[in-house]
Amino acid sequence: MTRLSIKGFKVAGMAVAAALMATGPVVVQAQGRSPEYAAARAAGQIGEQQDGYLGVVGSQSQDIVKMVRDLNNKRRAVYTEGAAAAKSTVQEYATATACRLLADTKPGEKYQAPDGSWQTRGAAMPSRPAGCK
Amino acid sequence: MTACELTGGFPAATNPAMRCRGKMKLQQGQGFGGRAVRAVWKQGPVLMVAGAIGVLGGCVNLAAPDKPIVIELNINIRQEVVYRLDAEAAKTIEENKDIF
Repeated sequence: MTRLSIKGFKVAGMAVAAALMATGPVVVQAQGRSPEYAAARAAGQIGEQQDGYLGVVGSQSQDIVKMVRDLNNKRRAVYTEGAAAAKSTVQEYATATACRLLADTKPGEKYQAPDGSWQTRGAAMPSRPAGCK
Repeated sequence: MTACELTGGFPAATNPAMRCRGKMKLQQGQGFGGRAVRAVWKQGPVLMVAGAIGVLGGCVNLAAPDKPIVIELNINIRQEVVYRLDAEAAKTIEENKDIF
């Protein structure tokens, strides 16, 4: 009896694990920005920099500063991976991504101009690093 | 006229009065300053000017390849790489929507 029930539990557990594995990647891909990140972006508390990383606009709460730091660390990991695959430097890969990120900013969002000042994205294309496609 | 001054191969015994007494005498009497020497001296200024131009031209060429050119090349290479990585960057953003 006990043996059977354990077996049954194991089988059920495996089925759950398989289901998780099957749905896992799909969930991750569909997942976009966290609500906190999306809200801070929309509020203009954080913005895109020219180097492919996020910046804190003015002085913001510690939560936002920490979130930006975490996101930038994750970005750096992704850039490092991509740079190795593309045989470029991390900085070059980050800059190439910045070209896209700056172009993709939505009107109202903040971006940092090459001179370091924070600008609000309007209808015009923001100024981007040299070499952008 | 100028020939006698340019040859300059007179013996010490010659006095100034004996100089500039005509081409014929100089050519016959003095062995040092022959026609070939005079020819070289006559073209001397021309050769010197040509040499000076050559030297000046060389100076300009040597001064040109300095630091700024190296920096410019680096920028060009970097921009080319950034341009080339556009497709990869787009894929990176698409695959990591949570952090971009």
